[in-house]
Amino acid sequence: MSKPVIATTSLAGCFGCHMSLLDIDERILKLVDLVEFNKSPIDDIKRFTKPVDVGLIEGGCCNSENVAVLRSFRKNCKVLVSVGECAVMGGLPALRNSIPLKECLEEAYLNSPTVDPGSGIIPNDEDLPIILDKVYPCHEVVKIDYFLPGCPPSADLIWEAVTALVEGRPLNLTYDMIKFD
Amino acid sequence: MSEIRFTIDGKACLAERGQTIVEAAKANGVYIPVLCNYEALKPVGSCRICTVRVAGRYMASCTQPVTEGMAVENTAPDLEDMRKSLIEMLFVEGNHFCPSCEKSGNCELQALGYRYKMMVPRFPYLWPGRALLAGSPLLMLERNRCVQCLRCVRGITSKAGRKVFAAVERGPHVTIEIDPKLAAKLSEEEARRAMDICPVGAILRKEKGFALPIGQRKFDHTPIGSDIEKGTGR
Ligand code: SF4
Ligand code: SF4
Ligand code: FES
Repeated sequence: MSKPVIATTSLAGCFGCHMSLLDIDERILKLVDLVEFNKSPIDDIKRFTKPVDVGLIEGGCCNSENVAVLRSFRKNCKVLVSVGECAVMGGLPALRNSIPLKECLEEAYLNSPTVDPGSGIIPNDEDLPIILDKVYPCHEVVKIDYFLPGCPPSADLIWEAVTALVEGRPLNLTYDMIKFD
Repeated sequence: MSEIRFTIDGKACLAERGQTIVEAAKANGVYIPVLCNYEALKPVGSCRICTVRVAGRYMASCTQPVTEGMAVENTAPDLEDMRKSLIEMLFVEGNHFCPSCEKSGNCELQALGYRYKMMVPRFPYLWPGRALLAGSPLLMLERNRCVQCLRCVRGITSKAGRKVFAAVERGPHVTIEIDPKLAAKLSEEEARRAMDICPVGAILRKEKGFALPIGQRKFDHTPIGSDIEKGTGR
């Protein structure tokens, strides 16, 4: 029987959730026995090459590329999991959500103390993804099946969730596993 | 002392006359979640987290006195889910970035989220943009985290008995303001009390953030209410 297939991505995140996944320490050897990785920064597979059972999403959506990647994950994965505060609620990137986008861009690219006065421009190359008006939690863009809060979620929570999903058993959550920071 | 007999989820309990359901439950080792209710303050019943059911009717157990023979439902699954939805509503109605919040680990709203295993709120986020008040020397008021419990309004007064905090407007527009003159005169001790009385990270002591390391904070390992359930909450 072929192993369950996992894919992962980091959208508007900091890779901290991927680091937390690696924090499972020696259990990573068990993970390699248990599952096969497809598209993921961990194995550097860039495109889906087969149907995936579980997609782990780090980060919310702050630009058009994040939305496109998230939609391709929804299309190619049976089950999608929002991993970490940014995927679940936008996280720290969403601090900009109550500030108008124009103001954010002007502050960063025109008025910031490190910009040579008068020489700043707001990046507008057509090859750049278009920035969204707000940072969106993943479930406000596509359907998400499960949520793992935490900044980042602990390695124990990620391990418990991934193994429960691939083994098809119910999640055994302890108090220490659910944290929002 | 005249005693009243009542039950919570079928458990026989005793209450003193005039006790609210929340107080009596606590005395009997039963936790009913509260948020706007606070020790010695007169209850206002504004958050509804403490809602229980008696004879099919819903009531705020922090304001409702116990009566003889009352059969209180506290942990029925639909009640618990309704409370959870109220907690979720508070999370989407403000900006709760727990990873960067000074109150994280000691916050009652967050602790309720943990106790109720909130993995994600069921409602869309609103992203309010309420102005931060940082004018007083010792305190900061981050109103995007305020849950409008009015604990500060009720509990923090000047020596002459004047309110340091006030609620202006009503309903969804209610906003907490600080009296700048009174706030300027707050002592260290009073400022600390103001921070402690706020269940969330809306009232903060300036220059005192992140004092306790992760792992040693109030709700890092013990769920909110477990002191009451262990019978040490009296
Ligand atoms: S006030 Fe509480 S719930 Fe809100 S961000 Fe701070 S710790 Fe989180
Ligand atoms: S500032 Fe804090 S204590 Fe005052 S109403 Fe808001 S949440 Fe309650
Ligand atoms: S605790 Fe009873 S209404 Fe808030």
